[in-house]
Amino acid sequence: MAEYLVIIFGAIFINNFIVSRFLGICPFLGVSRQVETATGMGLAVTFVMGLASGITYLVHKLLVALNIEFLQTITFILVIAVLVQFVEMVLKKSSPVLYRALGIYLPLITTNCAVLGVTILNIDAGHNFLQSVVNGIGGALGFSLLIILFAGIRENLNFAPIPRSLQGFPIALITAGLISMAFLGFTGFDLYALFSF
Amino acid sequence: MRKWEIFKNGIFNENPTFRLVLGMCPTLAVTSAVLNGLGMGLATTVVLVGSNVMIALLRQVIPKEIRIPAFVVIIATFVTIIDKVMAAGTPELHKVLGLFIPLIVVNCLILARAEAFASQNTVLDSAIDGLGMGLGFTFALSILSLLRELLGTGTILVAKDFGFSGIQIFPKDKGILLMILQPGAFITLGLVLGGINWWVRKREEQKNG
Repeated sequence: MAEYLVIIFGAIFINNFIVSRFLGICPFLGVSRQVETATGMGLAVTFVMGLASGITYLVHKLLVALNIEFLQTITFILVIAVLVQFVEMVLKKSSPVLYRALGIYLPLITTNCAVLGVTILNIDAGHNFLQSVVNGIGGALGFSLLIILFAGIRENLNFAPIPRSLQGFPIALITAGLISMAFLGFTGFDLYALFSF
Repeated sequence: MRKWEIFKNGIFNENPTFRLVLGMCPTLAVTSAVLNGLGMGLATTVVLVGSNVMIALLRQVIPKEIRIPAFVVIIATFVTIIDKVMAAGTPELHKVLGLFIPLIVVNCLILARAEAFASQNTVLDSAIDGLGMGLGFTFALSILSLLRELLGTGTILVAKDFGFSGIQIFPKDKGILLMILQPGAFITLGLVLGGINWWVRKREEQKNG
């Protein structure tokens, strides 16, 4: 149990996907103008990252068995693209409510580097099936936390007097830099000591 | 003459990082040292030229409905090639860039050029566009990493793979460590983008009197 808590908390706070690993910056900057859309994006990413982590773990086992590991990048990105398309179709059929909430974010997720990133990180770290899924979900929760937090700040930035040249992306990046500075405070936290009850 | 315009477009008017704001993840992640930024930029350029040429060649053959998956497979092929070449040729750099080499696949810049340019233009034009965009990206990454490496460590152009220990401008303990850590990436890019916006606006105002 402690082991999984360490993975989740590590992925959310210490190795946060956005501010410490720089994965998923495009949606972080692009879909963070409103809290509502940011929440939708966060949910969709969590769903896909959890699934993708599990499936690519199994696919990797297959690649190793066939001795064609060099095809990892190609197969993983294809698996993710197919998975996203599949999730979109299933949601459309089975849950129109959820589809209306997440639908427009799903196509964007294929090129979200956090998804491909977490699957490769899982393989590099030698995680087993459950650890991979937990790491995927933990990473996505960290992503969601940041994107929602950031959207809240950006909504308020609209009312702030910002120099014209810094409006838009520049001020968003500087704000992200300040958040990232706060998250640096988690570096070196001994999670194993915290969770060894 | 038109070819020169296409080439220049990628480096200045539509610079992928400074004007289009595409491919942010590698831009932020690998610009802590000039060699890393330069290596990443050149690797991306190779993939971009390769995929643009291949897609322009196949643009009549690929059905419209499945073009995105087809583009992704073509891009992933070139990424796998450059990944293996770098692992063999420049192992130190390959280790530092690490995860971000396979992630060139999902660099939105490459897919954007495939979709917006290569799938509608001739092979030669697409190759020139890929080269221009790639070098524009490399140029942006080099500027950012030059700023960060200099302010963060006081030394520039450290290149372990080529046995070069860099040029020291000022002592290391006077450097701002924050610049080579994660916040430095965000803040440097934000300020540089702001500076460029200011410059572009000023130039336009002058043009309009």
